[in-house]
Amino acid sequence: MTAGLDFENWTCPLPLRDTPQVVMGHGGGGAMSAELVEHLFRPGYGAAGADTELGDSAVVPVGAGRIAFSTDSFVVKPMFFPGGSIGDLAVNGTVNDLAMSGATPLYLSAAFILQEGTPLAEIGRIAEAMGAAAGAAGVRLVTGDTKVVDTGSGDGVYVTTSGVGVVPDGVEIGPRRAAIGDAVLISGAIGVHGVAVMSCREGLEFGTTIASDTAPLHGLVAAMLATGADLHTLRDPTRGGVAAALNEIAHAAGIGVEVVERDLPIPAEVRDACSLLGLDPLQVANEGKLLAFVPADRADEVLAAMRAHRYGSGARRIGTCVPEHPGMVVARTALGGTRVVNLPLGEQLPRIC
Amino acid sequence: MRYLDEFSDPDLARKLLDQIHAATTRPWAMMEVCGGQTHSIIRHGIDQLLPKGVEMIHGPGCPVCVTPLEIIDKALAIAAQPGVIFCSFGDMLRVPGSSQDLFGIKSGGGDVRVVYSPLDALTIARENPDRQVVFFGIGFETTAPANAMTVYQAKRLGVPNFSLLVSHVLVPPAIAAIMESPRCRVQAFLAAGHVCSVMGTGEYPALAEKYRVPIVVTGFEPLDILEGIRRTVVQLEAGRHVLENAYPRAVRDEGNLPAKAMLEDVFEVTDRTWRGIGMIPKSGWRLSAKYRDFDAELRFAVTDIHTEESPLCRSGEVLQGLLKPHECAAFGKQCTPRNPLGATMVSSEGACAAYYAYRRLELVQIR
Repeated sequence: MTAGLDFENWTCPLPLRDTPQVVMGHGGGGAMSAELVEHLFRPGYGAAGADTELGDSAVVPVGAGRIAFSTDSFVVKPMFFPGGSIGDLAVNGTVNDLAMSGATPLYLSAAFILQEGTPLAEIGRIAEAMGAAAGAAGVRLVTGDTKVVDTGSGDGVYVTTSGVGVVPDGVEIGPRRAAIGDAVLISGAIGVHGVAVMSCREGLEFGTTIASDTAPLHGLVAAMLATGADLHTLRDPTRGGVAAALNEIAHAAGIGVEVVERDLPIPAEVRDACSLLGLDPLQVANEGKLLAFVPADRADEVLAAMRAHRYGSGARRIGTCVPEHPGMVVARTALGGTRVVNLPLGEQLPRIC
Repeated sequence: MRYLDEFSDPDLARKLLDQIHAATTRPWAMMEVCGGQTHSIIRHGIDQLLPKGVEMIHGPGCPVCVTPLEIIDKALAIAAQPGVIFCSFGDMLRVPGSSQDLFGIKSGGGDVRVVYSPLDALTIARENPDRQVVFFGIGFETTAPANAMTVYQAKRLGVPNFSLLVSHVLVPPAIAAIMESPRCRVQAFLAAGHVCSVMGTGEYPALAEKYRVPIVVTGFEPLDILEGIRRTVVQLEAGRHVLENAYPRAVRDEGNLPAKAMLEDVFEVTDRTWRGIGMIPKSGWRLSAKYRDFDAELRFAVTDIHTEESPLCRSGEVLQGLLKPHECAAFGKQCTPRNPLGATMVSSEGACAAYYAYRRLELVQIR
């Protein structure tokens, strides 16, 4: 039983305590749905969900500036992994998507699709993780929804979060702004989250000390903006990894990107796991990391600001934007050769041998 | 796995490269047999750093690539049957059959699962006694021992609902077939280190002697490969042609004796068709009579599925080193990793896929 959620002593008249799992009624919009909100989500969210009125929509103040708006769905398997859970990802993922446009994230919505039969205790843990992550990120969970699907029609818990934030005047960050000559920076070690999740995936359990690096990044972005440098492009290299993020930016901006393999911060555990599975660390997912494209003459200053922040202590410069091979990312290998860094095609497939 | 780093050291690599450059006086064409070596060569850009005349020909040693279309079609037919759980290594899922791939079967409702060991498939079979569980057992001598062990265990434990769709292939007959080809340009071989770690080196001295080619057993990290190339060049320049083991940390002359005993028990040598190359006599393994009950081809009556390959795909010539991937008219046009015509474009170890993945830059510039 999760600490803080008292399933034994609920006061609600409906006998929810007798159903330790999700049942179809929890998504019916009636008393059971309301009870789920009152006794599971609200306590789980804690302060981040307090004082929210249960209207059809949340009405919130935002202040001056432009609104950034983003949405993301989370279907991670397993739902709990070393260093976090689907709840942490659901909050930090949307917070970071907002932060990558320079926004200060303010409010999130959370929609759940629950499979019938999922233990309520697991959903409680997820709600608590979301409350804690939202609290740490300084955002509030202001509205939400829950639906239930039949056994076999879903897979545990799916979470969709949407969020709004405010972009200060004068901040213009976007993929098309990456320019020839820009330094390419990364905030820390590559591939950590993907390897942490893979290490506990069914059939592939391997021992590793590595834990997911999920974290909210808007504080780091604020520290970078505070240098006064003109940040051209930010991207959190989640699914598809650094390879996908760099390729998308190269394509959007019509520039080439050259990275130096020797400078890539790939921890030994990540490299070993990738060698074992035949995966490219550059294509492995990250959470809590960002790529930044900044004018080269400000790179050292921005790097120093990143390193001074708790989520940027491992920041490094990994490459440069070049006029050659527009739309393409090329790595200079440790041996002195070159190779193209590809956009991953689809799912990463472990090699046969 | 700290030792892997030591075998990627750029300064030591530079020294080996210097020695290769110093030893080379003439052009040489050598074939790395194994797809893992091809991947490593291209990924690290090793071929770009060799003397101009030293050409690496990419051999037929990618198990995904040489598995014939017909076996893929049989896999698809079995996987589509109701009640079947079809288990495979991940990279076989995207290999196209004549009409679709295993991903297509999966999205159509088939129960196709990625496993990381054939023994996982056996566990699934024991947990699902009312389902037929099939493992797709392909590959060279490297993957064969685990497949043999799985069938052995299935028999020993009495798991009647498990079977193996088997299409194993063997390296030495392929080396002989390449050397017998009238258009053969190969002057030396880097033998596949992990095949030799199972089978030992006993089959190779006779090949080196008969075809008068140096054969150097080679590993997979950059320094392993450079050392294999260095020793090969030294032999070629000296006019010698013997077997050398440049991968002694993994390969003993006698190989892995318990694994060989298991292979001897479970498999027997058979003729095999290689995708893109054709039939090579005595170049594969099938289940021996003692284990024939576990043969998925017989259990699911798919023995009369026969299929032809795309006439556009020239992967056979690529696999024999007669054509570089980008010299194929379909390369990067009708044939890409997303829409592969042949298996060499599918697996990351396939020569065409490796060229597409890592070499588009210079190919674009050449064109």
